[in-house]
Amino acid sequence: MVTGQTTVLAVDVPFPPSVEDFYLPSIVPWGEHGVWFTKITLLLWLSVAILIIFFLVAYRKPKLVPDKKQWLAESIYGFVRNNIAVDMIGKEGVKFAPYLASLFCFIFVMNLWGIIPFAQISPNSHIAFPMILAVISWVMFIYLGFSRHGIKYIKMALVPPAPWFILPILVPIEFFSNFIVRPFSLAVRLFANMFAGHMLLLVFTLGGFAMINANALLAPISLLSWLMTIALTFLDFAIIALQAYVFTVLTASYIQGSLAEGH
Amino acid sequence: MTLAEVVGSTAAIGYGLAAIGPGVGVGLVFAAYIQSTARQPESARITQPFLWIGFAVVEVLALLGIAFGFIWAGAPVTP
Repeated sequence: MVTGQTTVLAVDVPFPPSVEDFYLPSIVPWGEHGVWFTKITLLLWLSVAILIIFFLVAYRKPKLVPDKKQWLAESIYGFVRNNIAVDMIGKEGVKFAPYLASLFCFIFVMNLWGIIPFAQISPNSHIAFPMILAVISWVMFIYLGFSRHGIKYIKMALVPPAPWFILPILVPIEFFSNFIVRPFSLAVRLFANMFAGHMLLLVFTLGGFAMINANALLAPISLLSWLMTIALTFLDFAIIALQAYVFTVLTASYIQGSLAEGH
Repeated sequence: MTLAEVVGSTAAIGYGLAAIGPGVGVGLVFAAYIQSTARQPESARITQPFLWIGFAVVEVLALLGIAFGFIWAGAPVTP
């Protein structure tokens, strides 16, 4: 499983980490070494498996007095349902709680790989994964808007209550911000956070090796660099949880915007 | 003998400049939240989702800077 990063201990450390560091080699020992099964693929499958198995096991024999697993599963679901779905969308939000909870858990676990030893990279640092999640949210809020309001949804979403002479400017801006920037920013926010997090950790870890190899003056500073890595790992954990939350809250708020009556 | 040299891309400077705006913006978002919470502590829970939405919307500007830095890294430079 440790591939790609094993070169770290070599004498020649490729110091400024680059985008190439995100393209990991294949991990199947047989066949041509293509890009079809890398650590990213494995981590994706693992996250899906972990989530499915965890929630199945935790809720297999539900008890009135929950045990630890059931308590954890229930408090995650309860958090998303009460604090995200119902708070943002209102009473109707309960309907969307299962999707939002799966979204939250999936993003959280996918992000968490970024700081778990030996995994150390989040699949979400490849934009393909956040993009698909953003497209799902995008299709969902547009579909909900049309199914709730019919063709009037276009007017609702694009024409804000404003004097007529300002509308030629406002309508394109609304269109741009509601239907183009929303999915794009959802995807880029998650991707760039994970990308930057991984990059930061790489800079400080590899920077430590680069300095210890450079000369005697710089060698002690490498310790500082590695201490920074540890501190940044904690920061990364905060960002991981925050981004999972933000993605879910924004999806909920877009759904709420589609379901709302008028402006 | 060279004492020090700087190599690399000026994009780093550009990104540093570009991060000022979102930095100020994120600061304003949290400042407003702290102020509103200090004035009316019971509103903390109500305004919290808006805090994170505002934070996320502003923060994305800085993150776009990171993303576009890599997108345009290969673009030809015209003098």
